[in-house]
Amino acid sequence: MPGVTQVQTTLNGEVINFLCEPRQSLLEVLRDVLGMTGTKEGCNDGNCGACTIILDGIIVDSCLVLGVEAEGKDIMTIEGMASPEGLHPLQQSFLENAALQCGICTPGFLLASKSLLDQEPEADEGRIRHWLAGNLCRCTGYDKIVRAVMQVSKAK
Amino acid sequence: MTSNQVLSEVEYDVVGKRPVRPDGVDKVTGRARYGDDTNLTGTLRARVLRSPHAHARIKSIDTSKAEAFPGVRAVITAKDLPFASLSKEELGGEYTSLKFASDHMMASDKTLFKGHPVAAVAAVNAHVAESAMALIEVDYEVLKPVVDVREAMQDGAPLLHEDLRTNDMGETGDKPSNIATHMSYSTGDLEKGFAEADLVMEKEYTTSTVHQGYIEPHNTTAFWNSDGQLDLWTSTQGSFQVRGTVATILRLPVSQVKVTPMEIGGGFGGKITAYLDAICAVLSKKTGAPVKALMTRTEVFEASGPAPASWMRVKIGVKNNGKMTAVETEMAMDAGAYPGSPVMQAIVCAFACYDVENGKVDGYDVVDNKPKTAAYRAPGSPQAAFAVESLIDEICGELKMDPIEFRLLNAAKEGTRRIEGLVARRIGLIECLEAARDHDHYKSKLDGSGGRGVACGYWPNRGFQSSVVMTVNYDGVVSLLMGSVDIGGTRASIAQQTAETLGIAYEDVKPTVVDTDSIGYTFITGGSRTCFATGLAAINAAEDVKSQMISRAAKIWDTNEDDIEYVAGVVQHKSDEELKLTFKDLARQLATTGGSVSGRASVDPSGEGNGHAVHIADVTVDPDTGKTDVTRFTAVQDAGKAVHPSYVEGQMQGGAVQGIGWALNEEYFFDDSGKMMNPTFLDYRMPTSLDLPMIDTVIVEVANPGHPYGVRGVGEAAIVPPMAAIGNAVSAATGNRMRSLPITPGKILEAGWENGKS
Repeated sequence: MPGVTQVQTTLNGEVINFLCEPRQSLLEVLRDVLGMTGTKEGCNDGNCGACTIILDGIIVDSCLVLGVEAEGKDIMTIEGMASPEGLHPLQQSFLENAALQCGICTPGFLLASKSLLDQEPEADEGRIRHWLAGNLCRCTGYDKIVRAVMQVSKAK
Repeated sequence: MTSNQVLSEVEYDVVGKRPVRPDGVDKVTGRARYGDDTNLTGTLRARVLRSPHAHARIKSIDTSKAEAFPGVRAVITAKDLPFASLSKEELGGEYTSLKFASDHMMASDKTLFKGHPVAAVAAVNAHVAESAMALIEVDYEVLKPVVDVREAMQDGAPLLHEDLRTNDMGETGDKPSNIATHMSYSTGDLEKGFAEADLVMEKEYTTSTVHQGYIEPHNTTAFWNSDGQLDLWTSTQGSFQVRGTVATILRLPVSQVKVTPMEIGGGFGGKITAYLDAICAVLSKKTGAPVKALMTRTEVFEASGPAPASWMRVKIGVKNNGKMTAVETEMAMDAGAYPGSPVMQAIVCAFACYDVENGKVDGYDVVDNKPKTAAYRAPGSPQAAFAVESLIDEICGELKMDPIEFRLLNAAKEGTRRIEGLVARRIGLIECLEAARDHDHYKSKLDGSGGRGVACGYWPNRGFQSSVVMTVNYDGVVSLLMGSVDIGGTRASIAQQTAETLGIAYEDVKPTVVDTDSIGYTFITGGSRTCFATGLAAINAAEDVKSQMISRAAKIWDTNEDDIEYVAGVVQHKSDEELKLTFKDLARQLATTGGSVSGRASVDPSGEGNGHAVHIADVTVDPDTGKTDVTRFTAVQDAGKAVHPSYVEGQMQGGAVQGIGWALNEEYFFDDSGKMMNPTFLDYRMPTSLDLPMIDTVIVEVANPGHPYGVRGVGEAAIVPPMAAIGNAVSAATGNRMRSLPITPGKILEAGWENGKS
């Protein structure tokens, strides 16, 4: 049995410590060690984006990051997107635009969209479609997702 | 530019509005609990050992090394299933169906597709289970596989099942065959019909195996308690289907199995079959602990249920004025390892958009060494429409007729008889064609390099059993319990129909999807049935509530129930205007007038309204690379009544885009050994946001007379037209007719080289 390593990281604004095996992905750590099941597994090989998180300000597929690599990093998952005051504008926009059907890809899309608008508040449809191409949705045909992000974007 | 239109004739207070879905906040905050989010104390993880061979005989399995591996708690093979200890004599007529069901879940003698389960391991975690799995020794006698539907039909093809004889319209064949069933229907006089035609065209078409591509892999958690009760928490379109399958395979009474349907991450027909549930159940029984399994994406591709590949021949005769005189088709679909392809649906849907006097259809359900196919959105109809709608486009070209005018001339309408006899009720195909013809998209000019295609689609829609229970709380809020799993708006659309019927606010209905012990039998969420049938159950249960609320008012007012009426959420005396209580005010008095009020209904309706869709696609094709880009797409569909138009549009857009993927990119590549060469999302390429334009929609509302609000059902018809619409557009753009899906850049370039039109 492989040994375990202690990792210290910041998760949704709080410094936490966890133990994990070197072979465990950050996705597995989030879901199975930390019980943060909002991050979803769709393919476990970096092709669907359901496990998207924001790691030190950059979106990554958490299935492609090892748990031990989170040492000293800052992680944001879907559980950290809303505040006690209410939903993030993107979350509200997804609800109002019916931008989800089954909802399994939604956490990944929300974090990817947030990452885009944090960096490019005026992203237009073309830019949004390009940015979100790493996240697969099989229910919506993307139309309502793209519209939901456009509604929050400051692009005119 | 137009985007989303709703052509409504009747308006309601809640039905037809676009409220936020009740499960929405949980799904945008990560709190919604999907199958794999189930974590019971002490849960073990299971992994399934799968056959590396598409066709092999299992000579022996040695699990001893895996069982001795540290952290492993149990290993099972098919020997641990009830089927292994039941004789053919004991089972009698049940033998074949149980063998197929049990063997599909875990092979006892032969493996029939790559990925076929042969053993399973439960261990402290998935890594340990995976390591132990590698220690299981299976001795196979590798057999020659067959993975092409036409090859599988030939005499001398490798046989999958030694006992399988063709059922040819009720007659059983005299020798083993891979053709499980031949079905045939005809109407009118085919020879006369073709003789009357001025133009007869006949072509062949093929489509490849494709996958539903839901993002959430199959998963389940099982706990078989020491009192004999088996609990399952799983991702499924039908909790009662899972209960039935597990009870059949494990030889249990259904009431000993309880299935809790967790949130489901997409299904499209692929999450009806129970793959992991009985495996985890047996592992749980052996270990005394809960056991959870989650498929990898490769397992989903190789060992769940894709949609069949097909070979189709279509022949159509028309008069010079465009009137169809005769239609004929022969279609073969591969069911995969066990019989049951949707070819029956394919042949009856094939010409259902048209009113033709003379016709004949033949279908062949064929087994081959691929995973057992499952339903995929309007099963059978998309393949059939690709063939029929492509040939019609060619005919329109020959006749120099507008493709929508041709279809209007021949369109099915109320009273049109489908080839096997089903007669259409009030349907909206003509209204859809007119809406497409009048749409800004169809009237717009194409720029020079592109092509435009149109196609129709049909799905009968379904009824089947649904149950609903609703309770009036003392604050006037109604708790609504249903057995229908919510894949994309079910809670919202059933709550809307409940609120509309009770005359209360949408926000005052709280829907919950419950387990199989908490509600009456409810068929799957699928077949475009849920909004219709579960909606009807909710309407009937709400009527039950209304009559009980009237009884309570009669008690309070000390009057006769017949003197009281229920109008728009108010219970009132018919003649005494002073006597009037709102639903909420009356709810507050329930506690003192006999306690809570519950309404309930179980239905099995037959009034489903058939669904039709018309799609318009514009494409450009790069002459150097053969790459097709969809530049504009409009989906028109008859919803009967769109209960929540946003989710109806979502079904139309999602179906259209799955169809675009089916048309242009998606296919299973099999090598000669029957191995799928592209079992990842990298190589099985589904459309991304970057590949698509906005999908414009027009919801046509031709009320279904079989439902109080006119609801039809919308999920399936949306995926039927896109492949032909895209193929017809590619043909218009390149001058080359594409008769094989997917229409890849390579096929487009090759067609150009052959025809000198690149």
